[in-house]
Amino acid sequence: MIVASKKPIEEIIEMVKDFQKILIAGCNECVTVCEAGGKKEVGILASALRMYFMNQGKKMDIDEVTLERQCDHEYLEELRNTVDQYDAVLSLACGVGVQFMAEKYFQTPVYPGVNTCFMGVTEERGVWTERCQGCGECILGRTAGICPISRCAKRLLNGPCGGSTKGKCEINKDLDCAWQLIIDRLKELDRLDEYEQIIPIKDWSTERAGGPRSVIREDVRQ
Amino acid sequence: MTVKTPSRLEKILDSGQLAVTSECGPPRGSDPEAITKKAEMIRDYVDAINITDNQTSVTRLCSLASCIHLKLMGIEPTLQMVVRDRNRIALQSDILGAASFDIHNILCLSGDHQQFGDCSQGQNVFDIDSMQLIQTVRWMRDEGKFLGGDDIHRPPKMFVGAAANPFADPFEIRVPRLAKKVAAGVEFIQTQCIYNLNKFELWMEQARDRGLHEKVYILAGVTPFKSAGMAKYMKNRVPGMDVPDEVVKRMAGVPKEDQPQEGINICVETIERLKECEGVSGFHIMAIEWEEKVPEIVERSGLYPRPSELAIDD
Amino acid sequence: MRLRYPDTIRIIRVPCTGKVDVIHILRAFEKGADGVYVVGCLEGDCRFENGNLRARRRVEQARTILDSIGVGGDRVKMFNLSSGEGPRFAEYAVEMTEKIEEMGPNPIKIAMRKKAA
Repeated sequence: MIVASKKPIEEIIEMVKDFQKILIAGCNECVTVCEAGGKKEVGILASALRMYFMNQGKKMDIDEVTLERQCDHEYLEELRNTVDQYDAVLSLACGVGVQFMAEKYFQTPVYPGVNTCFMGVTEERGVWTERCQGCGECILGRTAGICPISRCAKRLLNGPCGGSTKGKCEINKDLDCAWQLIIDRLKELDRLDEYEQIIPIKDWSTERAGGPRSVIREDVRQ
Repeated sequence: MTVKTPSRLEKILDSGQLAVTSECGPPRGSDPEAITKKAEMIRDYVDAINITDNQTSVTRLCSLASCIHLKLMGIEPTLQMVVRDRNRIALQSDILGAASFDIHNILCLSGDHQQFGDCSQGQNVFDIDSMQLIQTVRWMRDEGKFLGGDDIHRPPKMFVGAAANPFADPFEIRVPRLAKKVAAGVEFIQTQCIYNLNKFELWMEQARDRGLHEKVYILAGVTPFKSAGMAKYMKNRVPGMDVPDEVVKRMAGVPKEDQPQEGINICVETIERLKECEGVSGFHIMAIEWEEKVPEIVERSGLYPRPSELAIDD
Repeated sequence: MRLRYPDTIRIIRVPCTGKVDVIHILRAFEKGADGVYVVGCLEGDCRFENGNLRARRRVEQARTILDSIGVGGDRVKMFNLSSGEGPRFAEYAVEMTEKIEEMGPNPIKIAMRKKAA
């Protein structure tokens, strides 16, 4: 899922302090799972902000809503009749949702309440780690199911580099060396001979480098 | 093997003599004397001088410009090129830049992560990796083409090298990795500096078992310790470095003022021992910020004088 | 047991402190409470295994939030005791009350009164 983390409250206060009435909009999907922007987090943030502004002697109306998702039209449409009453929306959805909200409600300022980080997994509660960078051309079949692009700090396709130490990356001893993981798994799958196949230069045009991307399925378009 | 480039280093290696290379780090400023003085000090004691490329991700005068300064002095440079900072366009472009000054040696490297340097907030590139860079230089030289397929006018004639670290993890993959680089087209290797001779000799044995020593020239890397503190630092704080306890003990067992000399003694002993190691084609002396000791090391190891131009030309 | 404890304390009973969530603590302060203390079973004795451990973590979260908004994290605290320890409950009640009295009233309460006036 998309993993995000809460913005510090000081930063959020700075963003919304000049408004009188705001809506905090959460999202029921990814940001709920990584405990950054779901219904719970919306409630806590709303309560904290109310208390802060009350303390400052400032009038601030803060409403709460949590949408199923903020990346699909039908869920954002649910705000159609109510959004105009707000000076701004503070969206706790990932960057995708914040933008879609801003596109849809063109005249309403929308602010991000979380920092969107990466696509990753829940290793255990409270620990989310990166697995995919959306390069657009998946090579997991060649690397025993472990991605060197998102898990190697140098995204080496023919690693490891000389800095790999005891299975950990040179930049952080708590970070697994992706190539160590790949080698271990190739061994496990009895495919270690594949290690010597040189993975060719990558076509990065399907990645961010090629410009903002889209996926279009003409066969399902209406 | 016959020579494919005008590289002096390649000629010496091809002739069967032990080659000696060293390296200089460019300054953190634009004064070329900082490089030319160091190079002048060691020019008669080595066959080629590597110029590091923003090593440890610390921004310095670029390797290419430094190599050009050396070339203009009549010294043979080896251009170190990391893939951390440049995409394939810039890499090919810089290779042509070097070739335009008839620089004939290149070392293809990944590069330390920028976290270690002075611009840890910067982007990194890694458009292609060091393995693919080896393939690229060979392609540009042997096919005379750019990666995109167009012809190169006056293709670069470069002798292609890479680094190898027998001491990084996992050990079991270090010889397969050497084999992979050979398959990619590498022609000479400079290893990480060697203190654990047993491990190095084991790596060499495995390399020989696969016949790799006949496909690539291996230059054994050595670095003299300046002090016991340096030995400890390199043991504990430098990734991919293997410094056995006995070596640290030996350095620490000598009074502080004698430690530099002891470090050089260890270095010379290492070279003498590895001269006997089949498959070692030469030595790469990395005397970081201590270039003035290179002449002594080369002399005491019986590697002076270096072959003259006459002695190596056919 | 009929022990005495300050009458400024309002007790809200829950089946397990694990039922107390961060938002409950925050709402109490939002409504003007000067302090909140969460009293749970001894660690290791929770009949639902780790309800009291969850409560402790939530109390910590609440403390951080209350500090960041100028209310004061010291106004909330977790205490652990067994249900048989009546005197200790009274002791904690007194301790907490004294601490809150020292800190003064919840600034939110003051702000609310100003607004009403």
